[in-house]
Amino acid sequence: WKMPTNKSVSKAPITQFVNCRILRDHKLQREDLWVREGRILDPEKLFFDEEGYADQRVDCEGLIIAPGFIDVQINGGYGIDFSQATSNVRGGVALVAKKILEHGVTSFLPTLVTSPPNIYHKVLSEVKVHSGGVEGAGVLGKEAVRKDVDTSSYVRLVLISGHDIQYCIPYNCCHLEGPFISLEKKGAHPEQYLRSFQSGGMLDLIETYGTLDNVAMVTLAPELPNSEKVVRELAQRGITVSLGHSVANLSQAEEAVQNGASFITHLFNAMLPFHHRDPGIVGLLTSDQVPQDRTVFYGMIADGIHTNSAALRIAHRAHPTGLVLVTDAITAMGLPPGRHTLGQQVIEIQGLHAYVAGTKTLSGSIATMDMCVRHFKQASGCSVEQALEAASLHPAQLLGITRCKGTLDYGADADLVLLDDAINVRATYIAGQEVWRK
Amino acid sequence: MKLIILNDYDQVGEWAAKYIRNKIINFNPGPDRFFILGLPTGGTPLGCYKKLIEFYKKGEISFKYVKTFNMDEYVGIPRNHPESYHSFMWNNLFKHIDIKSENTHILDGNAANLVEECDSFEEKIKAAGGIDLFVGGIGPDGHIAFNEPGSSLLSRTRVKTLAQDTILANARFFDGDLSKVPTMALTVGVATVMDAREVMILITGVHKAFALYKAIEEGVNHMWTVSAFQQHPQTVFVCDEDATLELRVKTVKYFRGMMHVHNKLVDPLPPK
Repeated sequence: WKMPTNKSVSKAPITQFVNCRILRDHKLQREDLWVREGRILDPEKLFFDEEGYADQRVDCEGLIIAPGFIDVQINGGYGIDFSQATSNVRGGVALVAKKILEHGVTSFLPTLVTSPPNIYHKVLSEVKVHSGGVEGAGVLGKEAVRKDVDTSSYVRLVLISGHDIQYCIPYNCCHLEGPFISLEKKGAHPEQYLRSFQSGGMLDLIETYGTLDNVAMVTLAPELPNSEKVVRELAQRGITVSLGHSVANLSQAEEAVQNGASFITHLFNAMLPFHHRDPGIVGLLTSDQVPQDRTVFYGMIADGIHTNSAALRIAHRAHPTGLVLVTDAITAMGLPPGRHTLGQQVIEIQGLHAYVAGTKTLSGSIATMDMCVRHFKQASGCSVEQALEAASLHPAQLLGITRCKGTLDYGADADLVLLDDAINVRATYIAGQEVWRK
Repeated sequence: MKLIILNDYDQVGEWAAKYIRNKIINFNPGPDRFFILGLPTGGTPLGCYKKLIEFYKKGEISFKYVKTFNMDEYVGIPRNHPESYHSFMWNNLFKHIDIKSENTHILDGNAANLVEECDSFEEKIKAAGGIDLFVGGIGPDGHIAFNEPGSSLLSRTRVKTLAQDTILANARFFDGDLSKVPTMALTVGVATVMDAREVMILITGVHKAFALYKAIEEGVNHMWTVSAFQQHPQTVFVCDEDATLELRVKTVKYFRGMMHVHNKLVDPLPPK
């Protein structure tokens, strides 16, 4: 017997996910999840205001529903390298977007490593913000950070199924890791394309990147002269500034944070090691110079290789609410062992490790986001809720998009990942539609 | 009256839920014949609601042809406030069962005209054909719904100012901030509940014992408004051992002796 629907606000069909545990208010709760028009619906409001009911029920068979994972550092995968200006940049992004649905990732920032200006110019003009759907995970925009944004002007986008769905204002999308980084800590980045702020700062950026329109995040080394102006200007434009590939000491890092930097790129990797008289960038986790109303987030590659478990635990215990899981996945993620290209260099896969060919320098990881969540939980001993939030809520907080992403709050986009208790992905949904099932 | 004495809170909830279940099944409601139920909020009925939800999930009962009228609601707090009685009913009963929203009625504490809201609530009860079974609780001061001591025994649905004791007791639900606690509420009157064809009062805990004594062993008195039900032809009081602590031994022995008869009222009914 199905209840007749009688909704006064909207005729759109309502889906009720039953027999599930949802991640809400930092806890897994036995609650049903309601979705209408691609967004999470308040069932109490539906009941009292509209006297409405569900049109269809999805039996989750006891699974966990978490907000879809958000990967803010992913360089490519499945043979695609975002830092290569191929003839089909959009096709490449779309392919990765589709494949990572299997890992529970519903939104991501395509990341470009240090590259020559022509690469940036080509790629940035092609990679546009795109809302997720059956075709793949959404390339993330960044909601305007200013509080006075007029919400009535949200862009209406159409999914391939034909439903009109409203999303957050998206206007940026990539994470540019370099080239304004430290020579000493270049890691796998090609030395010949590193740059400094020799023309004063923003001019160098525009010259190198061509445009900042499709940029959500920039990783730079704050010790480079003239960086202060750049950090301030980028932050003011709503672009997340991340510190990484740097030999900055703690004061330089703190100054950058005060100027607007809010993220640390893959903590511990490509920065000075913690020293008890100058903790360097790592010291930001417990710095007392961070403005009261702000949080410094830090990316963690929890693949069991880039960071020793004990170091992971130290960071997590020092600053649990700032931990953001990233894959830093490279072209070879999803591919068999062998040699592959990354940016302007060649890398080599050996088992779960990826090295700069001919060296023992780690080149990036090939772990998937769900692997990282599982490994993080196991290594840190944290709760399921904390592990899931590190891949969803925290990146959304970092990017300032928690109104739409990273939570299962009423009104948020219904980007969901269904998982079993061992945190294996069983199904992925974007805007309330199933886009992948195991 | 029937005084049902059980061992503890859980047994009270279960007995009451079974009683309601059997009443609804025996009534045999249908699209032209709704069962009208009056409902309370608070800690006392929670156990009963949990059991009703269990019975619904087992398929023993359906609320498809049941209409409900709640006793009261705070004035001036948002409907979706976690402490509003709308939220209470949604979270503790409605969202777990198959009741239709249009068949539930809770006073609107944010209505533009509160007096009109109360009058129209009375009209809605009348239009539904009157209440078949009104379930309620009892306050430590012997009140039914928000009919505090001194409320007329002939009162109807109206706006009431809450007693200082009540406000202090409620502060814990509003972050301990007295300024956030509602000071007024809309409530059904004593006579509104008396109009029901049957009344069931749930009483658990030693802090309610004195009120129960005043309600059933002393006279009808507007200072203990639950005492009004001594003059209702069909009242059931369901209580636990602790709530009987102020009663005469003779009263308790008499009604305990009747339990084997009264328990037949909650036996599972034969399938149709």
